[in-house]
Amino acid sequence: MHNKSLSELASDLKSSAYSSVELTQYFLDRIHQHQPSLNAFITIMDEQALAMAKVADEQIATGSAGALTGIPMAHKDIFCTDGVRTSAGSKMLDNFIAPYNATVVEKLNAAGMPILGKTNMDEFAMGSSNENSFYGRVKNPWDLERVPGGSSGGSATAVAARLAPVATGTDTGGSIRQPASLTGITGIKPTYGRVSRFGMIAYASSLDQGGVFGTSATDCALVLEAMSGFDEKDSTSSEQAVGDFSATLNNSLQGLKIGLPKEYFKEGLDSGVAKVIDEAIAEYKKMGAEIIEISLPNSHLAIPAYYVIAPAECSSNLSRLDGVRYGYRCENPENLQDHYMRSRGEAFGNEVKRRIMVGTYALSAGYYDAYYLKAQKIRRLISEDFKQAFEKVDVIMGPVAPNTAFKIGEKSDDPISMYLSDIYTIAVNLAGLPGMSIPAGQADNLPVGLQLIGNYFDEAKMLNIAHQYQQVTNHHQQMPTAFESTASNKGEA
Amino acid sequence: MEWETVIGLEIHAQLMTKSKIFSGSSTAYGAEPNTQANIVDLAMPGVLPVLNIEAVRMAAKFGLGINAPVSQRSVFARKNYFYPDLPQGYQISQFDLPIVEMGYIDIPLEDGSHKRIGITRAHLEQDAGKSLHEDFAGMTGIDLNRAGTPLLEIVSEPDMSSAKEAVAYMKKIHALVQYLEICDGNMQEGSFRCDANVSIRPKGQKELGTRTELKNINSFRFVERAINIEIARQIDIIEDGGTVVQETRLFDPNKDETRSMRSKEEANDYRYFPDPDLLPVRISDDFIEAIRDTLPELPEAKKQRFMDEFALSDYDAESMTATRALSDYYEIVAKKSGEAKLAANWIMGNLSAALNKEDKDIIDSPISADMLAGMIKRISDNTISGKIAKDVFEAMWNGEGNADTVIENKGLKQITDSGAIETMIDDIIANNQAQVEEFQAGKEKVLGFLVGQVMKASKGKANPAQVNQLLRAKLKD
Repeated sequence: MHNKSLSELASDLKSSAYSSVELTQYFLDRIHQHQPSLNAFITIMDEQALAMAKVADEQIATGSAGALTGIPMAHKDIFCTDGVRTSAGSKMLDNFIAPYNATVVEKLNAAGMPILGKTNMDEFAMGSSNENSFYGRVKNPWDLERVPGGSSGGSATAVAARLAPVATGTDTGGSIRQPASLTGITGIKPTYGRVSRFGMIAYASSLDQGGVFGTSATDCALVLEAMSGFDEKDSTSSEQAVGDFSATLNNSLQGLKIGLPKEYFKEGLDSGVAKVIDEAIAEYKKMGAEIIEISLPNSHLAIPAYYVIAPAECSSNLSRLDGVRYGYRCENPENLQDHYMRSRGEAFGNEVKRRIMVGTYALSAGYYDAYYLKAQKIRRLISEDFKQAFEKVDVIMGPVAPNTAFKIGEKSDDPISMYLSDIYTIAVNLAGLPGMSIPAGQADNLPVGLQLIGNYFDEAKMLNIAHQYQQVTNHHQQMPTAFESTASNKGEA
Repeated sequence: MEWETVIGLEIHAQLMTKSKIFSGSSTAYGAEPNTQANIVDLAMPGVLPVLNIEAVRMAAKFGLGINAPVSQRSVFARKNYFYPDLPQGYQISQFDLPIVEMGYIDIPLEDGSHKRIGITRAHLEQDAGKSLHEDFAGMTGIDLNRAGTPLLEIVSEPDMSSAKEAVAYMKKIHALVQYLEICDGNMQEGSFRCDANVSIRPKGQKELGTRTELKNINSFRFVERAINIEIARQIDIIEDGGTVVQETRLFDPNKDETRSMRSKEEANDYRYFPDPDLLPVRISDDFIEAIRDTLPELPEAKKQRFMDEFALSDYDAESMTATRALSDYYEIVAKKSGEAKLAANWIMGNLSAALNKEDKDIIDSPISADMLAGMIKRISDNTISGKIAKDVFEAMWNGEGNADTVIENKGLKQITDSGAIETMIDDIIANNQAQVEEFQAGKEKVLGFLVGQVMKASKGKANPAQVNQLLRAKLKD
């Protein structure tokens, strides 16, 4: 069952080949089986998942089911789930039971998708390797010595190891695309404003965007459509109509203009990764696409701009985590100052503290113009680069990350080298554009993702472009062999 | 040395929206602690603010009321600091792009002239909750009912040069926000609060002296006292060879002093930056015009109309439009009594004295506008004299009914029967021969004495003008 597409699962459920309760139990078994080796989940929601599955089965029986009813999924632990711990991977929120549902959760609940659990992540989505979680590292199912990428590493691992058919993620600087690339699955971050941020614990508000992981573009299309849309509770969500993401999946790519930014193929890009990307581009050429070299001249400024804006916003966003109303509170504070310093000092991890300090500094009187304002100017230049590029091309392609999955611990003492793993993804967030990663092959037996960058609200077109590739290749169907076994084969990892 | 004072005021007016500025919680005052704080007010992880357009409309109204352009684009910014009653760890406010900029208001001075006070800006922001330090031994209680209530912060130019001017300005703004129906003006409940920036400089000097900011001056009386105390303190320091320190000072009305709260060095770096959760506020001309169409008559226009319609002097018209409630009251009395000037006199005189004495607002006056108009009518139709009217007024104040009832019950109807008055006059002339002779010898002044005697004999009920006239006629005989 774990290798079936969402539409196959839906049709099996409709024909009563198995029930949603059985399907949900099947995935829960796989989660429990592989949790010790992968650590993809922070909270496994057996009881709630089965209760939701039961409701879904009733809807299927009465004929009121939709395309996703009864298909279980996982949510990144950054989305608030009513009555369930929502930790954002932090000790700070280890005791936090969310009193409400994020809009994304609300919409997918309404679509009838049982929640298997909450997936592991870098603390407050800060990280590119999932080594920054209070709940321990997540392992890459392709090689347990390696990281799955981050910050949505738990969701990516869960889908890559087929512990969940689909899972939500969030992407602030590459946190969906990079782990999708490193674990060999399909992941899409839509246009900023396409998916409501209400109930999604904020890291950097102007960059954060929810999205989805799946094993194919068709699966992602179904779930992303269900997640998307204007939300009156999020002033930054777009009123633009969502449309039908599945309707145009089979459109021809004849005459499609693909832009290759020359800055994305310079030194720093692993040759094995570059080869896989070249082959994928060749495949598109075969499908009738035209390849055009473009330039995004301000690309090299994306990382420095991001590491001013994101920390600045996070330093303010995380201020509410003060131990006064919820979350971690230190023992016996001597006074208010001591309460703040120890509660926050004891509950936040090092990377979170680093970014709070960087952001606080960047916003301080006397530094604001030199850092924050300058970074905003760079942000506009980067958006302008993309705007000009999209006057010439329909989609931009390139690598997602400069390397395949790296070893656990390899970069954890070197923040700069860690930050550079997002070098091809960050500009997309600064511009607010949609971005996607699709499996394009392997280098040294590790997955490599091809990045698709679309124009604003071009999600349907991107899914179409991804789907056409997946019609003529089978990279997306590859899964790590160690996890092919079913639940009866316990303890193999 | 002669000193000159420079004062600027920051007024926080709580806007009368039904729900909070960024959440759907009620803004009603006085509920059980924390019963009007939803997940947004509590700053739960993941929640987002959504702007209440009604607050924008009210701020725009204020802009029109102070002759200021309403910014077509204004931006919410975060003011970052930690405090337990500030759930987000930042206050959403406006910083470099406020919704209203560059307005003014004219205040009356004691010499009858007017002074124009510039209003630098007015911006929207959310209020914090309340920290309750009493009632919890060794702990602090937090009530977040007020957290997120919309405030309009109104910042003046440093255009005022005395405590009296500061009070006059504050009263003008207080009246305006109530005219506009954007703030209830209730100072006891904290709906209208004021901080003052005060500095002194040698007379004639251009550059400003070091200023201090005075907090907790939430009544007109306190503003005047606190500023005067602070001016004296600053003059003492400088004349003793010291320097004024830039700091925030708290006014203590019990000890009649201001004392240091925190110095500039201790002040927070608020790390303002545009709030990424909120879009810039864009206001169209249509939006402004729609608001302009709903504006009530503003104090200045009303004052002019009172001068035109009721022939009031500038001073009287200014007084009668000081607050919206007062102007409404006056207009009823003036129209119903048909005696506009007399109405103004009674309101400024006896009524306001009685209200002050019992610390009552005009809307709580036991004498309604209709009642006062009824009494004034009895003066103008000579049923009672102005003197007797004072007794009628007092009886009405004490709940003894309207003017006609009081006049009837107490038998205060004026004696206008000339026969009866002449009898009294004859008596007085007979008993005061010496004075009569003095008058006849040319001492005009003595007439007043004789009139007074007649009035006394009539127990005040004779018509003084009539007495005067009849007495004069008799004495000529």
